[in-house]
Amino acid sequence: MAVAEQTQSIEEQRSWEGSLDQLRGLVSERAITGETMLLNMGPHHPSTHGVLRLLLELDGEQIVSCLPDIGFLHTGIEKSLEDKSYEKALPLTDRMDYLSPMSNNMAYAAAVEKLLDLDVPERGQIIRVVCLELARCASHLVWLGTHAIDMGAMSVLLYAFRERERILGMFEMLSGQRMMSSYIRPGGVWRDVPDDFLPTIKQFLDDFPYKVDDYEALLTKNPIWKDRAQGVGVIEPDVALAYGMTGPALRGSGVNWDLRKAQPYCGYETYDFNVPLGEHGDVYDRYLIRIHEFRESMKILNQAVSRLETVKGPYRSQNHKYCPPLRSELGQSMEAVIHHFKLWTYGYDAPDEEIYSAIESPRGEIGCYIHGTGGNKPRRVHFKTPSFIHISALPVVAKGYLLADMVAIIGSVDIVLGDCDR
Amino acid sequence: MEFPAARDPVSALRDVFGEALLHVKEFRGETTIVVDAERTAEVLDFLRVTSGLVYNMLSDVSAVDYFPNDYGDAFDGEESDFRPERFGVSYHILSMLYNRRLRVKAFAAAEDPRLPTATVVWPAANWLEREIADMMGIVFEGHADQRRLLMPEDWYGHPHRRDYPLGKETVAFSFNVDEIHQHKPFARD
Amino acid sequence: MGVSSKLGNLGIVTTTVEQAVNHARVGAMWPLLFGLACCAIEYMSSQASSYDLSRFGMELNRATPRQADLLIVSGRLTRKMAPVVRQLYDQMAEPKWVISMGDCASCGGVYNNYAIVQGVDEIIPVDVYVAGCPPRPEQLLHGILTLHEKVKGERIADWA
Repeated sequence: MAVAEQTQSIEEQRSWEGSLDQLRGLVSERAITGETMLLNMGPHHPSTHGVLRLLLELDGEQIVSCLPDIGFLHTGIEKSLEDKSYEKALPLTDRMDYLSPMSNNMAYAAAVEKLLDLDVPERGQIIRVVCLELARCASHLVWLGTHAIDMGAMSVLLYAFRERERILGMFEMLSGQRMMSSYIRPGGVWRDVPDDFLPTIKQFLDDFPYKVDDYEALLTKNPIWKDRAQGVGVIEPDVALAYGMTGPALRGSGVNWDLRKAQPYCGYETYDFNVPLGEHGDVYDRYLIRIHEFRESMKILNQAVSRLETVKGPYRSQNHKYCPPLRSELGQSMEAVIHHFKLWTYGYDAPDEEIYSAIESPRGEIGCYIHGTGGNKPRRVHFKTPSFIHISALPVVAKGYLLADMVAIIGSVDIVLGDCDR
Repeated sequence: MEFPAARDPVSALRDVFGEALLHVKEFRGETTIVVDAERTAEVLDFLRVTSGLVYNMLSDVSAVDYFPNDYGDAFDGEESDFRPERFGVSYHILSMLYNRRLRVKAFAAAEDPRLPTATVVWPAANWLEREIADMMGIVFEGHADQRRLLMPEDWYGHPHRRDYPLGKETVAFSFNVDEIHQHKPFARD
Repeated sequence: MGVSSKLGNLGIVTTTVEQAVNHARVGAMWPLLFGLACCAIEYMSSQASSYDLSRFGMELNRATPRQADLLIVSGRLTRKMAPVVRQLYDQMAEPKWVISMGDCASCGGVYNNYAIVQGVDEIIPVDVYVAGCPPRPEQLLHGILTLHEKVKGERIADWA
């Protein structure tokens, strides 16, 4: 291509890129006159944790305003769910918050169970708690590794992923898949834990507390880490509540709100654990909270594993209108065959009502709103996801800090873009 | 520290708003209150600040489209089927103090659906309402930012409406494989 | 060194230019630090301790497309993201290769709907497809090795 043509094509490209007029009212007047600088961060940026685009208005290095642009990972999951029966829709929910698919399964399963008024046997509840807490650890490990790499500590990622591989190995043992396990189903779990699961998880529970000590040795008293994290990204409690923030981002500001304690599900009220709280609401406090959550999860896991050894019985509901019968029954019972056929071809009907149910995911409250049609497909499914809420609060949190702190703030509220855009 | 005793939200609302409270429903322990669409923001603000209620947190805003059932102005009288209009928008609010949830619901007409914004009550409603405006095409009056949130700016239509096609691609069989390969020009061998 | 002991003191290796170039290209293929969705987490896993991509000369992820040779499209590609990926691909310097990692990137996967591009090959050329939702790190390694085999067989005349 000749140079003249090339220049012309570049000019054409620029001409449809639009002008600053579109941003009038969203950024300050100083940006329109050119006094402050507009900087585009993402959607391809190593530390935006996915495909998040931020339009930053900078006065020197200081952030004047921040406009997040999301939707680069909008997958249409909610719309796809309307096209599937309740049981078949479950694998799609795995792929929203891809760092803790078990929590998504649980949110969806809890909502469907509430809609159907379906009970889960005790053993099923215990297996769920084991999975949820393992998922919390796995998710926090990815957060720890990537957050540290954003802040310049390269090696933590390698340590964190070493332990995460062990957790994924356990998930694979349970469900056959490392990440997208679809293990927690409406009415219970897919199958009972295999025999070699208990020794594996016990070995892991013996090792893991020392590994957490290792991470703390690398970071907690590290002066560089403290300099970059303390006093940065402070979220005041009233701001956090007004913006609907949940999870470690809210608890970092000292608000004691954990759905596992406040509105228990899966029998969390019978476990003994604490909810760690922060004081200052800065990046460092949110880091400490997640580190403590590792230890609290270990506590819950130890109790749950010991219960798993004693409590026997069914692991999913025996109501075969909603849960498939055992494979071994199919050869003996005609009724079981009918149930099996009906479930895997048509599914089941749910009432034409709406319900909302929420659980505590590693990031915060993940809520599921289902409106049934009376038939086998939902009219509408909506997920309230913590990352969505946290990104919507980013402009308030980031205001006034330096550009380099933005990376720390994004990392510390722990967003997942698949969770945000759905 | 002593807190005022919890009040029943339904009776409290009935005292203050009276006629604007259109319908109340209980299902699986969840209370849904249908209010007059124009007074949604007032009701939500009342629920947030009144002592004994203090629904201090907005959990979720979700919209539902009752498209194939044309309810019109009249509803058929059954308790569970109160749907005077096509679109329903639910505000799921949470009181941390009394540890309970409530759903406030408002309906918007099929033609030119409009509702007042709740961003004046909770800033959290900002993006949740923008998402609904994008995906359902319901205009929130008074909302400061009317841009699309999830879909590209130049997208046509509102994907989460029930009359919007899911947009499936046909499965490739031997008779239509050429047609499908035509819009994959970059597939290398 | 293994080579010199076989050569004695001559210090001469005879080969073709193509082989030498392809050997260099395979030995240090730098991927773009770019992730879209779930598969990006497995991509991170394959770079971290247990799987260690640096065994294949890929420990260095470049954050800028100008310095990258390999684009691993890891995850579902939405209609909103598609122009961005195309621009990233255009910005990469030749020679460049593309691995489509996972079902969503290869054919749309489970998301057969309005928001997802049904296969990244609708917008950019793809060299290797890796199946799986998400593929295990071993599968990605196999995909990368398959790409290496492909690059070793490339002829310079084809690039001209």
